[in-house]
Amino acid sequence: MIDAYSILWADLMALKRRGPRYLITTLVSPILYLVAFGWGLGRGINLNGTSYLEFVIPGIIALTAMTTSFNGAGTRLNVDRLYFKSFDECLMAPIGLSSLLMGKALIGVVRGLMSSVAFLVVALLIAPHIHISPQFLLGLFLTCLTFAFLGVLAALLARSHEDMAVFGSLILMPMTFLGGTFFSLSQVPVGLKYALYILPLTHSSLFLRAAALDQPLPWGSFLILFAFLVAFLVGGMVTLKKISI
Amino acid sequence: MSKMIEISGLNKDYSGKKVIDGLDLEIERGELFGFLGPNGAGKTTAIRILTTLTKPSSGMVNINGIDVAREPEKVKSEFGIVQQHLSLNRDLTIHENLELHARLHHLTKKERDERIADLLDYVELSDHADYLIDDVSGGMKRRAMIARALIHKPKLLFLDEPTVGLDAQTRRKVWELIRRMNTEGTTVFLTTHYIEEAEALCQRVGVLHHGRIIAIDSPLSLRRKLGLIAVEMNLNGNATQYRYFPDRAQAAQFIESLPDTEHVVMRESNLEDVFIELTGQKVLGGVT
Repeated sequence: MIDAYSILWADLMALKRRGPRYLITTLVSPILYLVAFGWGLGRGINLNGTSYLEFVIPGIIALTAMTTSFNGAGTRLNVDRLYFKSFDECLMAPIGLSSLLMGKALIGVVRGLMSSVAFLVVALLIAPHIHISPQFLLGLFLTCLTFAFLGVLAALLARSHEDMAVFGSLILMPMTFLGGTFFSLSQVPVGLKYALYILPLTHSSLFLRAAALDQPLPWGSFLILFAFLVAFLVGGMVTLKKISI
Repeated sequence: MSKMIEISGLNKDYSGKKVIDGLDLEIERGELFGFLGPNGAGKTTAIRILTTLTKPSSGMVNINGIDVAREPEKVKSEFGIVQQHLSLNRDLTIHENLELHARLHHLTKKERDERIADLLDYVELSDHADYLIDDVSGGMKRRAMIARALIHKPKLLFLDEPTVGLDAQTRRKVWELIRRMNTEGTTVFLTTHYIEEAEALCQRVGVLHHGRIIAIDSPLSLRRKLGLIAVEMNLNGNATQYRYFPDRAQAAQFIESLPDTEHVVMRESNLEDVFIELTGQKVLGGVT
């Protein structure tokens, strides 16, 4: 764990240098989503006694956690590996591959939590009834961890910077709009509904929304999200073993 | 006691193309050894295999008695490396880059602070410790990479084209540093395509061509085998021809026997001549 922290330490030093700028830029997208969907399209819509604004905020938090964790870990590693070439130095250090993998994912978790919490603060000013419980924070942490490992896996598989962009377009973008972020899965046809359950963001949205609205928690979604985390972690480990001796 | 490096029957293929072709090599402790060869000769691939970054197709590599393939994590503490390309973290300062490496090599806080201060002084970068990497010159970056490679006091240092892209003055400064490290007991394994670098630094040079060592000896012995004195002849506007002689007297006698001495030059031979004689190519590219 000390080795993982050493890897994280370097990324934290870099983040510290651009912290305020990072926070401001990372808040742009979720606030735009909030304005466009929450206040624009969704004004006046009521979903089973919940205003659309309160409905959509947990979804946007899940979305923010996904995007910033993925990019925070994945883009960072992709640049270190293919542009700075400094990842080779980590591969040649006497540390275990699991520590290296964990260290590279942790910066995604930190960035994901920073952005999500910053947006949450903004959201609470608009919708003070949102319920922030330990279960909500647990779900948020698991979301960040899962997508940070997905970012690491993508960066290890990528052979160029374009590959990361392709991954974003083919995996993240569909999840952004289809992962239960902006609409309730109960409103879509049954076939599509089950298809959308394949997406990890769907389970993150379901869990965070239930926690934020103080509804019964869908622990099944929590477990499925955890299974995704394990799959991404194992995938990352196998890929890292392949690219190192 | 085992050799510092033992390589036997090493091969590396990329898509059926042999990049390293049956390499056998032993490097003594405390030696300053150099691989000389043109781009594409297999120098960097060899170093990547030795430093655990690339898996060989077959063959065995031992560093300080440790099998690189079997115990990669253990062997990583034995060496430091300065790669050909800039591999510093450009979001960090010079000091932070050194600190990261020290942490990864499990130095305590006290050890880290002392070692970083010593090394920054050693490579004359104490005044630039808190500069971001992009804010310092190419020579400083290279010296920072050397300092980083030495942070854990490795017994063996790999330098892959350590002075590529540096101006003549900075190159000589890096040479001084390399000599000093070697004098202080570090075994140095470098690759270069600069003839003068191999001649100035290396106690022994392996000439690498298409992944094979085609000659290996001290620079002087390699030249002696060829002839210490070279005669360059550009007669009748034809391509330059070379003849080699053990001493100036024999070379002068040969020149006197030529019908035209106007386009003839006598000089000391160098490793470029050795390389051309062995391969028909120049080290920096082109066919003679």
